[in-house]
Amino acid sequence: MTSGSFRSSYRPARVAVLFFLVVALFFYGSLVWTGVISMTSSKLLPVYNFVGFDQYSRLWSTDRWIVSLVNMVIFGVLYVVVSMALGIFLAILLDRNVRGEGVFRAIFLYPFAVSLVVTGLAWRWIFEPAQGVQAIMRGFGFESFAFDWLSDPERAIYTLVIAGVWHSVGFAMIIVLAGLRGIGSDLWKAIRVEGIPLWRGYLQIILPSLWPVVASAVVLLASDVIRAYDLVITLTKGGPGFASDLPAKFAVDHFFGRANIGFASAASILMMLLVVAMLVPYFWAEYRAQKK
Amino acid sequence: MSATARRPDIGTIGLYAFLLASAVFFLLPIALVVVNSLKPMDEIRAGSLLALPAAPSFDAWRMAWSEACSGLDCNGISPGLWNSVKITIPAVIISILFGALNGFALTEWKSGLSNATMFLISVALFVPYQSMIYPTVIMLSRVGLFGTYPGIVAVHVIFGLPFTTLLFRNFYLGIPGEITKAARMEGASFLRTFFSVILPMSTNIILVVAILQFTGIWNDYLLGLIFAGNDNMPMTVQLNNIVSNTRGAAILNVNMAASLLTALPALVVYFLSGRFFVRGIAAGAVKG
Repeated sequence: MTSGSFRSSYRPARVAVLFFLVVALFFYGSLVWTGVISMTSSKLLPVYNFVGFDQYSRLWSTDRWIVSLVNMVIFGVLYVVVSMALGIFLAILLDRNVRGEGVFRAIFLYPFAVSLVVTGLAWRWIFEPAQGVQAIMRGFGFESFAFDWLSDPERAIYTLVIAGVWHSVGFAMIIVLAGLRGIGSDLWKAIRVEGIPLWRGYLQIILPSLWPVVASAVVLLASDVIRAYDLVITLTKGGPGFASDLPAKFAVDHFFGRANIGFASAASILMMLLVVAMLVPYFWAEYRAQKK
Repeated sequence: MSATARRPDIGTIGLYAFLLASAVFFLLPIALVVVNSLKPMDEIRAGSLLALPAAPSFDAWRMAWSEACSGLDCNGISPGLWNSVKITIPAVIISILFGALNGFALTEWKSGLSNATMFLISVALFVPYQSMIYPTVIMLSRVGLFGTYPGIVAVHVIFGLPFTTLLFRNFYLGIPGEITKAARMEGASFLRTFFSVILPMSTNIILVVAILQFTGIWNDYLLGLIFAGNDNMPMTVQLNNIVSNTRGAAILNVNMAASLLTALPALVVYFLSGRFFVRGIAAGAVKG
């Protein structure tokens, strides 16, 4: 047995460590570096004169940042809740031995393969009064029908919700459907034997048993919210003014448009903290579930 | 579910009504864009998006392809298409190779460190690009790759590495240990085992990752905008430049045709790949 010699040529650790160094450099190294820049007064180029948490306190007194955070909460909650609710509902319907299931599934999921750039543009054309919903309704004879959410500071954010939901419902549906298909016939048999009505069976037994699947879908959708950039750029451009701005756009604008990289770095570190705040309970729950 | 033919009850009717209404909601936006890309501009101005074209024509598509202006260039969206093709194809191939290699290495490396590494790679999946983009710009400019063709390909490969690694690792965890053990007994090296034993049996997962990476990279906007440089602008960036071109009135039908041309390659891949796309999403989410 020449175990020494085959071990010497079979070294997965080397490959794994090599790739990990790349990930460590570009992901974690960049993250730390961004954190360092966020503590400096860097404008156009990074300079390393430290100013402590000045950039962070400036963020909290900047209207546009506060607006973008509030928007993120509104957009995030509605986007995740509506996408999940519709996705779960459609998954349950498709799980009822529907005719043409494949066709429906393909139709519900295809928006997910359409880029957010094109999604944003398509919905912008729908929301623009000149030829969109307003013109369509007036064409039906409702002469005074008005619909102009794109230039309404209070409502522009909801156009992002509608477009985002359109894009992602299919994604939520597919994940839940995969979970539903994994449920054993025992559980269904039990529900039938107990005489529990179908809707209650779904609500009280089936869905709770799918919680890991639902949780991972929620986490993935929520991380879309934190990085949402393309959709805002094409649909509302953050406007009117900065009424529909989101943190991801705020950060990119300050990095590249406004050459204020210390400030932008502080914003993006706060974005990362939001991600951490979301991941910690998720990973914790996963860890506890695995232990059991 | 009994298969006996009986009159549809109210629940069944409601179910199909809801499914059909949903189908309309999902199809309508793109259908409207298609319909209006076939109209001349004065017809769009005179009516609404809902009106069907009086005489459908592909003029707007031709303009979008080769004449639409972004900034001072009026070459249409076609240069962007070629840029996207030459960025996406090598980036997909390399990221599959690296993801598979790394995923397999992490499966074979049996140690607590391996799990810690995997954990850090999974967390990396969630790091927002904004928090890593500026240092990446600096690092790439130091080595002369910022705003270059190899630069944007490298960025896609590196930024996609956690995702591709995760998918491959989940797949490789499911293959029996005897297979690699046999190769090791014969003295094959790790790389040899990977290329001659593991890779050939990975066709399914390779297809899954290829499809997800293709649509992901093709549809990317932010990375292309920042890292590709003016000569390699991908199609999504060029599309947004064309649409936001402020000279003259918006040419809606041309913009619509340009956006459809941009969406088309990813949609073709999606409709051709059907179950692999679905399987990939489920695998990435359920086990990720």
